[in-house]
Parts: sequence; C-alpha cells; structure tokens
Amino acid sequence: MSLLFFYIFAAIAIAGALGMVLNTRNTVAAALSLVLTMVALGGVYVLFEAYLIGVLQILVYAGAIVVLFLFVVMLLNLRGPDFSPRRQRVTKIAAAVIGVLALLQFLQLIHGAFGAPAAIPEGFGGYRQVGTALFTDYVLAFEATSLLLLAAMVGAVILAKRKID
Amino acid sequence: MLVVIIKLLFIILVIMAAFLPIITWVERKQSAVMQDRIGANRADIFGIRILGLFHPIADVLKLFTKEDFVPDGANRVLHLLAPVIAMVPAIMAMAVIPYGGVYRFGDFELNLVVADIDWGMLYIFAVGSLATYGAVIAGWASNNNWSLLGAMRASSQMISYEVTMGLAVVGIFMVFGTLRLPEMAIFQDQTFRLLGFVELLGLVETLPIWLDWIRLPMWGIFLQPLGFILFLTCIMAENKRPPFDAPEGESEIVSGYHLEYSGMRFGLFYTSEFLEIPVIGMIVATLFLGGWAIPFFSQETIIGFFGFFGQGVATAICMALHVGTFLLKVIFMIWLQIAIRWTLPRFRYDQVMDLCWKMILPLSIANILATGAAVLFIRGLQ
Repeated sequence: MSLLFFYIFAAIAIAGALGMVLNTRNTVAAALSLVLTMVALGGVYVLFEAYLIGVLQILVYAGAIVVLFLFVVMLLNLRGPDFSPRRQRVTKIAAAVIGVLALLQFLQLIHGAFGAPAAIPEGFGGYRQVGTALFTDYVLAFEATSLLLLAAMVGAVILAKRKID
Repeated sequence: MLVVIIKLLFIILVIMAAFLPIITWVERKQSAVMQDRIGANRADIFGIRILGLFHPIADVLKLFTKEDFVPDGANRVLHLLAPVIAMVPAIMAMAVIPYGGVYRFGDFELNLVVADIDWGMLYIFAVGSLATYGAVIAGWASNNNWSLLGAMRASSQMISYEVTMGLAVVGIFMVFGTLRLPEMAIFQDQTFRLLGFVELLGLVETLPIWLDWIRLPMWGIFLQPLGFILFLTCIMAENKRPPFDAPEGESEIVSGYHLEYSGMRFGLFYTSEFLEIPVIGMIVATLFLGGWAIPFFSQETIIGFFGFFGQGVATAICMALHVGTFLLKVIFMIWLQIAIRWTLPRFRYDQVMDLCWKMILPLSIANILATGAAVLFIRGLQ
C-alpha cells in the first residue's frame, strides 16, 4: 500500500519537475509545476515517517516560498526568455557543469545506498524529537541561524524602504 | 478500512450536504434579521415557501444553467482549474478534526476522527497554506488587471495571516502539550478549580471545601483567552470574507480575483468561502471550545449516569451526546462568524496589513512568552 503511494507521489514529483524545467514559455505554469513537486515530495517524506519534514516541505516551500516566486513573476510579467545570445551561452555552460556535478553526486549516492538500512529509533522525525534536538544539542547553531535571518530581514526592510523615518 | 470510510462519509456528508446549503440561507436570514429586513422568502415550489429554504436550490440551479465563460487571452487550463483548487484545502482539513472521543464497545474501539495523526495541527496549517493558490491562479489566469490586483492582495494577506495564525496557537500547544487534535479534545474534557492557583502559590494552606465547586472547564478559551481572539481574527482573515475582503474589494477592484468567473465556477469560489465557515468553526471549537466535550460532565460521568442501560448502550448514548455537542459548538461558531461579518465595516487594505504585522504579531509573541513562563512556573510548583 505505502509502496503504491510512493510510486504515485514519485511520479507526480518527477512530472512536476519536468514540467518546471521544460516549461520555458510560461513562467507561472513552471512555478505551479514546482508546487506540484513540493507537495508530492512532502507526501514522500510522510511515507518515510519524516512527518515534520514532510509538513514543513508543504507549509514552507509550497505554501509560502513558491507563492512569493509567483508574486514576483506576476509583478515582472515575464513573457518568454529574453536573454541575449551571449548570456544564453553562459547559462548553458553553467547548466552543463551543474548537471554533471549533480549526476556525479547521484551516482555516488546510488553506490552507497545498497547497504543495510539503519534502524529507525522510536518516534524519529516527529516534532518532539526535532524540537528537543534543536533546543539542546544544536541550540547554538539554532540561535546563530535565527540571528542571521533576523539580520537579513532587517537589511531587506532597510533596502526596500527608501526613506527611514 | 470500512470504519474509516464510514467516518469520512459521515463528516463530509454532515458538512457538505447538511451545513453547506443551509449556511447560504442562514447568511441571508441572519443579515436580514440584523438589518431589520425580512430576507429571502420568494423561491417557492408549488406555493410552499418554508421561510425561503428553497433559495439555495434556486441559486445552484441558476448558477448551473448560466454560461461558463472564459475571457479572451486567459490561460484556459488554469482558469478552469482555479475554482477547484480553491475548494480542496477546506475539504482536506476535515480529515484530522475529531468530532467525538474514543469509545469502547467490548473489544472494538471507535475513535471518531478520520485520521488520528500526531501532527494534526501542523497538517491543518500545511493544507491551509495551499489555499492561497486558488485565488492566485484565478487572478493570474483571468488576464484582467483587477483580477491580478486581487490575486496580489490575496497572496500577501493570506501569507501574512498564516504566520500570525501559527504563532497565535503556540500558547495552546504549550498548555495542552500536544499537536494531536483528539488528545487536545480529551484534555479539555476536565475541569479546574478557579481559585486553585491561590493554593498553588502557597498563599493559603488549603481552601475551604466549598470553593472547590467553583470550577471552569479546561477549555482553550479559558486557558488562552488572548490566543482565542488572535487565532479567530487570523483564521477569519484567511477566509477572505468581510471585514477582511481586501482581495475581493467590490468597491475598489470590482470583484478581485473571481471577477472573470461566471456560472458555477464563480459558484465554486463562493462555495469554498462558505465551506470554510464550518471548517473554521470545527478547528476553533476543537482548539478553544473543548471539541466534543460537554462542560462539567466528563465521559466517565455520562457513561456512569446512563449505566443502567448497560455498558454498550450507555457508551452509544454518550457518543451521540458528544457528536451533538460538537455540532452545536460548530453551529455557534458559524453564527458568530456571520454576526462578525455583518457587524464590522470592512478594513482598508493597509489596515489589514497593519493589523497583522503591527498588532497581532507582537501580541501573539507576548502571549507565547507569558504562556511559556506561566507553564514553567506552574510545573515548578507542582
């Protein structure tokens, strides 16, 4: 049953990803395909019992970040790729390099993936375990990250606001 | 499996088939009463009018027979898809809401919630965050500047209020110590002594015994009154109905994101707003009004009271009472939302944003701090 759902979610995720990459003419449709991928990935995480990550995937990525993408895309009203040929060449080379790197990483993952799977401890991936880990073992990193985000937020407000009164 | 399907059918049928059509009628009649009018009473079948209860049927018939129009230059697929996307989140959220407790019939245990998951409240937030897409896609795909403005407003309003909505209920999570909705409802099926804190603080050794009778149910609204107000405001803003109807803004951007929709596709947007009313009622009732719990009469008390019928029958009676209580609370929340909608004037767009970021956000963070301190303090004393 859960294997069947895994294949359904995986197929949706791949279809969404392809739809995003191949849909160069309609930027909004590409962003919506990304939403599809995000939601399907959330489903996959839930099937792997990583409930918190699965929910956050949908809540943060599908529900907030891609909405902001859409916001920007709609405001700019992009119609098709209007890059100059020279910039297109640079983009293509960069894409090729990144693609090769991603492929190498993927091959390495596959190489190491066929060992015996590690046993999952009780309650792994729940919000309690993640919260406890964040606020005990990793509290310094957590607070540092929150400070960094706060600084970025203040910076963004100051940049966006022309005149501070 | 069969039990799950029956539970699913029950909740969907009650909300979609019984509540949803009547809410449109209730909205008309309640606003009429509030404004000293008579309200809808014209639709009749062979001269029978029964208080205008046929109006929902007439509405739907009219919407179905109207032309389904797609404007020039619109993105056809997305334009047709958007009303359906708008409907989905509200229906999905119903899956984790408990409309009754856990009942034991011999070996068979009946847990009256479709999906009893440990992260139920997070699931509601995740599903609710997808509700933005219906409005955004509709506004963009219509190829109309008013619609696009409505979509922009909808997305910024809903994202902003999602943040504060999450922060407003953190206090509830701390008090109940769980995100699982059935567990929250069971927690609220108890009472606490109103003056118990005097004893806890050590001001008095023991209170007179008669003061024990002054009790309140352990409902979220009594433990987190500020959280209740903030959460209700946020979740009503998510629904985009007046006073938070900036995305539709009839007086400034004509009709916002659903301007270019006609017939039943417009009806679907309308329906999704009306469907969100009972779903909001269910969420608020579960978090703050005790869910299915009957105040001062816990499950054991009720089963014991009807014990002379035998254990099974007593449990069945208790179950029926609990489901009835839950639906009553939902009906109360529907009444409250419609009363608010017809009482308050609508906010201007910048006022909606100011309310969110400058008032609700600081208040909810203060609420989290105060609740955290109080929970730590009380745990330390016990």
